[in-house]
Amino acid sequence: MVVAIAIIKMKDLFAVVMLTGIYGLLSASFFVAMDAVDVAFTEASVGAGISTLLMLIVISMTGRREKTTRHKPFPALLIVAITGGLLIYGTLDMPYFGSVDAPSHSHIAARYINDSMQEVGVPNIVTSVLASYRAFDTFGEVIVIFTAGIGVLALLSVTHRPEDNDKFSTINDSMHEQHLVVRIVAKMLIPFILLFALYVQFHGDFGPGGGFQAGVIFAAAIILYAMLFGLNTARKVINQTFIQLIAATGVLIYASVGVASLLSGGNFFDYNVLSNDPIAGQHLGILIIEWGVGCTVCSVIIIIFFNFAGRREIQQNNGSKYDTNQDLQ
Amino acid sequence: MLMGLFNDWVVIMLMMIGLYIVIAHGNLIKKIVGLTLFQTSVFIFYISIANVEGGTAPILADDITLYSNPLPHVLILTAIVVGIATTALALSLVVRIKEAYGTIEEEEIQRQDNQTPEVKKEGKQS
Repeated sequence: MVVAIAIIKMKDLFAVVMLTGIYGLLSASFFVAMDAVDVAFTEASVGAGISTLLMLIVISMTGRREKTTRHKPFPALLIVAITGGLLIYGTLDMPYFGSVDAPSHSHIAARYINDSMQEVGVPNIVTSVLASYRAFDTFGEVIVIFTAGIGVLALLSVTHRPEDNDKFSTINDSMHEQHLVVRIVAKMLIPFILLFALYVQFHGDFGPGGGFQAGVIFAAAIILYAMLFGLNTARKVINQTFIQLIAATGVLIYASVGVASLLSGGNFFDYNVLSNDPIAGQHLGILIIEWGVGCTVCSVIIIIFFNFAGRREIQQNNGSKYDTNQDLQ
Repeated sequence: MLMGLFNDWVVIMLMMIGLYIVIAHGNLIKKIVGLTLFQTSVFIFYISIANVEGGTAPILADDITLYSNPLPHVLILTAIVVGIATTALALSLVVRIKEAYGTIEEEEIQRQDNQTPEVKKEGKQS
């Protein structure tokens, strides 16, 4: 709350972005306090990690100063006050915080809590709802993420220019050799981060975790590598075309589970028919689609990062060329 | 007695701060930060709906009878990841605007548009 007000005041975008990161972390800890462990997991990795990083890359391209605003703030303040007042008036009819008999707990949630163990056989209710009861919904969200990845690719993708790349790698190397301690520590940490991501991926049935979180953590490890060892080194490790293929394969895996259950005589995403035992079928279905989700999320985030960072390199390259030209003149 | 609604009011405050940033600030990155604030306030709203007094995290165990509502958790979990993907899309649009106009201040973009009406360029209005 205080952080949010500070965000309005700051003119320096760098500080704003840092405050956004703090805000993400705070809301993640709020989610833990509210017993939403899966959500907190996601928010901590996304809100405090990836989004801060992306915004930092963008302000490094667009400049960190905000112009003094010349809008008149009073009409805006008036609109905001009126909307806020109406919303607060609306809350007077809301059920009180934490009450057990609130309308939101009285419809389908009871079935999820009471019957999901018999029907799906997965202790983590969030996972069973996400991947089994509402699999169709989750499928849609995965496609949205995939589409956003394609969008970023279409807007920012850069054609490779090998002669420039060589020049850059030397600049990068000289820059990165300065951070020896950071590089060695990161080199030790990255395998563990990757391992942890896989653990989160496959342990999502029993504890907090799942494809979305695992994808983000896996991508974070690779982004860390790319930041410390230079983009070109990271490109050698992870081929751009390959990662795009993985993103598409993730969606395909997800959809093919649905088609497989159709072909076996059930409904779309009806995992019971995937195996002789319905519970085993559910387990299999959830495992496969979580894998698909993880693949897509991870590779889309890597694609987004690589494209932003690649764009920035090109811009810097052009900038330095202009500088040298001006010097010559 | 009205303290039971306190969480809703905090959410509304956050939401209005986000809305104010979107309306009153001209800088496109600031606007995106405002949208993120707005988005997170909705997340907090859903999660606080899901909370049950005395309940615990929705992972089934033998000796626990009262759980939080898992459904809002699922919705928000996916919404967060979709949110970062769409934010990335918005940021990439900002990068392209910067390349086309040389600025990310909304008013300067509009001024440049007015100066060259024959050149059709699309300024992004969030």
